[in-house]
Amino acid sequence: MANNNTLISVQDLKVYFRTGHECARAVDGISFEVRKEETVCLVGESGCGKTVSALSILGLIPTPPGEIAGGRILFQGKNLLELDEEDMQKIRGNRIAMVFQEPLTSLNPVFTIEDQIGEAISIHKNVGAKELRDRCIKLLKDVGIPSPVQRLKDYPHQLSGGQRQRVMIAMALACDPDLIIADEPTTALDVTVQAQILRLLKSIQKIRSMSVLYITHDLGVVANIADRVYVMYSGIFTEQGNTAQIFHDARHPYTQGLLASLPSRSKRGKRLYSIPGTVPNPAYKPAGCPFHPRCPHAILTCAKEYPEMCDYGQGHLARCPVLLEGGDGYK
Amino acid sequence: MNIDEKGFNQDFQFEAPMAPKRTRLQEFWLLFRQNRLAILGLFIFILFFCCAIMGLFITSGPDPLFDPAMIRLQEKLRPPLAKPNLDSLRREEIPCLGFYLMGTDDLGRDVFARMLQGAWVSLTVGFVAVGISVLIGIFMGGVAGYFGQHHIRVDHILMTILLISGAGLVMAHSIRFGAVLLCLTLAYIFYSFFTQNRSGEKSVPSWAKVFRKSAVSVDTLIMRIVDIMLCFPSFFLILTVVALLPASIYNIMIVIGLTSWMGTTRFVRAEFLSLREQDFVAAVKTLGASNFRIIFRHMMPNAIAPVLVSATIGIATAILTEAGLSFLGFGVPPPHATWGNILSDGKNFIFDAPWLTFIPGIAILIVVLSFNLFGEGLRDVLNPKLRERH
Repeated sequence: MANNNTLISVQDLKVYFRTGHECARAVDGISFEVRKEETVCLVGESGCGKTVSALSILGLIPTPPGEIAGGRILFQGKNLLELDEEDMQKIRGNRIAMVFQEPLTSLNPVFTIEDQIGEAISIHKNVGAKELRDRCIKLLKDVGIPSPVQRLKDYPHQLSGGQRQRVMIAMALACDPDLIIADEPTTALDVTVQAQILRLLKSIQKIRSMSVLYITHDLGVVANIADRVYVMYSGIFTEQGNTAQIFHDARHPYTQGLLASLPSRSKRGKRLYSIPGTVPNPAYKPAGCPFHPRCPHAILTCAKEYPEMCDYGQGHLARCPVLLEGGDGYK
Repeated sequence: MNIDEKGFNQDFQFEAPMAPKRTRLQEFWLLFRQNRLAILGLFIFILFFCCAIMGLFITSGPDPLFDPAMIRLQEKLRPPLAKPNLDSLRREEIPCLGFYLMGTDDLGRDVFARMLQGAWVSLTVGFVAVGISVLIGIFMGGVAGYFGQHHIRVDHILMTILLISGAGLVMAHSIRFGAVLLCLTLAYIFYSFFTQNRSGEKSVPSWAKVFRKSAVSVDTLIMRIVDIMLCFPSFFLILTVVALLPASIYNIMIVIGLTSWMGTTRFVRAEFLSLREQDFVAAVKTLGASNFRIIFRHMMPNAIAPVLVSATIGIATAILTEAGLSFLGFGVPPPHATWGNILSDGKNFIFDAPWLTFIPGIAILIVVLSFNLFGEGLRDVLNPKLRERH
């Protein structure tokens, strides 16, 4: 599994949050890997554990309520869960960087752009003031901000949303990381800016030969940038495969439902499909397959047995034995 | 110049029209300027500052221009602007202005010189005391706000008690017993260092689990200390402490500082509780910043506005407290003049020489008022919600 090409591999990660006597199983045993120079998408609706998985890679789960209940996160061969805080600080920003959802609030309002990008560099690298400035200008240029020298002295409130997200990307790029985790970086932006940011991420990834772990709920974005896709539902992966497999040959009823609810030209004038019901409360998940209460193909076994991943070949896996081989997947 | 074949200058670039660039300070000043009372306060504050610094230079040294300690018994209780009786004075006793600007007191000392000397005392007391209280307040508030959810274990509390009592015994000359307690503490610290491992409490025997129980959260501990400190009537606390300590201006500054940090702590904690959840803090964390860096470099500048305001008003309170202490005779020891003890000395002659009480009284009033006005102006500017809409 862990060949030389694997950059990070998460194995059976479980993240639980204990509040009072409830235990919310936000991430309940997920395994995935990101190879070098690859874009991997985690797709799922709100509250299914996407962000929690990203934060646990960086070791930023607040630990009194949260708890990493099991699993391993191997990054370049090292298990990140066993590192102490000091070593994690050397990895954060330096080897793994993150871009957040809200560019409006992710920048500190009292510092200039130069201060913040400079800070991202100087936390990890020891460079002089002159070189720091040059690097800041270069980074701003790389992320496509016009007249970077003038922008350096600006405060975040003087920039537009798209520019702020570019600054956030510049900060993430500051130490030339191997992996960028982008947590819905385009959700707060309008569609034209969204396309620009996606294009930017793609080109940067190509130039710098980085890997990107892209977290989103937007299947349109996924189709645009992903090499491989993991579909997440209620803390587990329901389906995984490359982009073509997921979009043209979806095997899990959840993925099929998601795709059916996308607006498209052929469905013009018709009512959009929506998956009935809501995501289960992570503290009280249904027994068996977590999706069965909303699933159109559910059979009695679904409520009892936890489904296994079924192999459809060429790395395409789906956690639905019912649809495998005409309905007798459970043995 | 770089002209292409069509005759256009290629070096020329269009400038997009931009909003006038102002720094934060300039914007701040534009808003502050509208508040006339605050400007007045700032003006008096600067005047007072200059007076105090000038006063320090012209009233101290071996041969000062204005000698606040010069006693001229034949010239006692002269009213303001009175000319000295030149025949009865030696040359060095003649005031350098040629008259007594603010009169003389019951020992014939020049009140103007004493006021100048007292201004410096008030200024330093105000700033140093507030400096101390703000530092403590920011530290305590920052810890309570940022690390509030962390818990203190029973053994931490026991060890702190041991450490303090050990130190206390050593100070009280019971060195042998105190040293035993200190060694015990050290031994426990080393023991817990060596048995510490990341997976937690496996190596701890079951009877010792009692000590590993978390007792209180950091937030609760600090905020209860604040509540306890607020329960004491602070002026009487200061009186008690000052009565025990040798009288000196530094002790007073420290004591005032140590009894007035609670407000700042509450402000900073409240700000930190909301700042901690902000996205930019999470973003900085993902960049690999340490807790220290996050607290002091990223969160503190965002939390500083209310602290600044309360500090300005705190300076006024500290000046008032010092004057009150000096008035009661607990303040700065006598030969040194402060506004409080000028007032206190003058109260015996309030009908014969009213200027002895009025001059320091009005000076205190004006300075304290100006600080309060300035502080309120600052608050209005720094807090957009309180800004008046015109």
